[in-house]
Amino acid sequence: MTLLIGSITIGLVLALLALGIFISFRIFDFPDITAEGSFTFGAAITASLIVAGVNPVAATAMAFIGGLVAGSATGLIHTQFKINPLLSGILVMTALYSINLHVMGKSNMPLLSQLTLFTWIENFSFSVSGKEAMIDLLGWSVSVRDLWVLVSCLLMIVVLSLILFWFFRTNIGTAMRATGDNDQMIRALGVNTNVMIVFGVALSNGFIALSGSMLAQFQGFADVQMGIGMMVWGLASVIIGEALINEKKLGLLIAGAVIGAVLFRLLVAIALRWGMNPNDLKLITAGFVFLALVLPGFMKKTRKIKLVR
Amino acid sequence: MLEISNLCKTFNAGTINEVMSLQDVSLTIEDGSFVCVLGTNGSGKSTLLNAVAGTFLSDSGKITLNGKDITRWPEYKRASQIGRVFQNPFSGTAPGMSIGENLALAAKRGKPRGLGWGLPVSLFEELKSRVKVLNMGLEERLESPIGKLSGGQRQALTLLMSSWIKPDLLLLDEHTAALDPKTASKVIELTEKIITEGNLTTLMVTHSMQQAVSLGDRIIMMHQGQIKYDFRAEEKKRLKVADLLALFDELRRKDQIDNVVAELLMREYV
Repeated sequence: MTLLIGSITIGLVLALLALGIFISFRIFDFPDITAEGSFTFGAAITASLIVAGVNPVAATAMAFIGGLVAGSATGLIHTQFKINPLLSGILVMTALYSINLHVMGKSNMPLLSQLTLFTWIENFSFSVSGKEAMIDLLGWSVSVRDLWVLVSCLLMIVVLSLILFWFFRTNIGTAMRATGDNDQMIRALGVNTNVMIVFGVALSNGFIALSGSMLAQFQGFADVQMGIGMMVWGLASVIIGEALINEKKLGLLIAGAVIGAVLFRLLVAIALRWGMNPNDLKLITAGFVFLALVLPGFMKKTRKIKLVR
Repeated sequence: MLEISNLCKTFNAGTINEVMSLQDVSLTIEDGSFVCVLGTNGSGKSTLLNAVAGTFLSDSGKITLNGKDITRWPEYKRASQIGRVFQNPFSGTAPGMSIGENLALAAKRGKPRGLGWGLPVSLFEELKSRVKVLNMGLEERLESPIGKLSGGQRQALTLLMSSWIKPDLLLLDEHTAALDPKTASKVIELTEKIITEGNLTTLMVTHSMQQAVSLGDRIIMMHQGQIKYDFRAEEKKRLKVADLLALFDELRRKDQIDNVVAELLMREYV
């Protein structure tokens, strides 16, 4: 049960990543691989600031800002120098690898004895119900501390999802969605699509960096390698969400991305528990995303053939 | 008033594929005038429209709209003055967004967009009443995604969107070319209605001579990047489809003569 709660918590933290990927990939149709760099960037910024004694809330907020900057860089490279989106992302991602090493000063930074957002939640839990408090949840004995952490993460993701939902229904937000949907049309309605793209990719990476920052605080370390494969991970979450929701409504898609992220994390946890070699994780994730991308088209084809017959 | 003077545009300059799409084109369109642009394929009629819309910047020349020099303005900035309908019925609307959201985007054409609701409840009544004019029953479906509609319906909505805020200039780029004849005539009917009611200054590219003859108050014929004929007022009214066809034939014959003459000269001197 502790494992389950832990998995859900990580799933919720990675839901931020899924939301970021959802913004770039689905709303802007921008395959943004900056994610791999900005995820670590967020973790690196928060870790080094916390080690330097900065308040964890400020350190987390700085990670978000760092993500915004990284995303703007990708967006500007793409829009101002007309470089293909994927290549723009690769450039910034590669540059971020060095930057991340500089930010942390080493390739791995432990946070175990530091004051993080999660130690705050822990302390709060301890002061409310004592250090070793256990609670009975559907017949399982669960640590109250873990439950508090889970609830806080849930609260955070719900609030951020609502903000995102609100934002994408404002005037500027709808213009951003239209930019991804039909840029020619929205330019003809007087919107500078370049500005929208830069802003959107920045926002996406802000969320992704926030996710990296939270994960570093949760697991107690930041590592320069932790971003590798994160884009496909986020994409897998978004795709699972879409398959579950099967609707094109904005609110449902956002909820789908969050649920998808949690489910995907659970699936991975179960697979690992059943003895899957952790080294195969990325291979299987990539295979899964490949199938998810190919299957819908394939199924349409077979259905058509059946109709013809 | 739209004033185009000495506009030039060459695509793929310096390569074998060099095309001089616009060669020193000058044109003045008075306020409230409805101009049809005819021309053979590759005559530069769509290029002229796109040059005005700002899809690309022209090589030389000047474009002024209501006294403002817009020659160097980017496309999105010109959109504050210009309404547009594209040839492809799918180009003018965002398929994944609802009918209401699309219209609300158009209701803000060229205006600053902030953090207010994109589709405020207060706009709903206006949306409904203006969509009702289309007579397609779409006013009851404002929540459904626009991608589910037919090309004709989407083109009608695009037309409505392009003129939601009265534009200084309306650009129509063969906007019925991709529709079936029945839908096309319906959209043309609507076009005429919107233009007359709003007294809109319009530049319409078409390949239908019937449309050119029956619509508008001026016809321009383009050929090889130049304006070859310009018929106005009474002259335009007297013009029939047969006359236009004859002119096209004449232009084509001139081309052929040019080629023949060139060949003769080649033989003579090379």
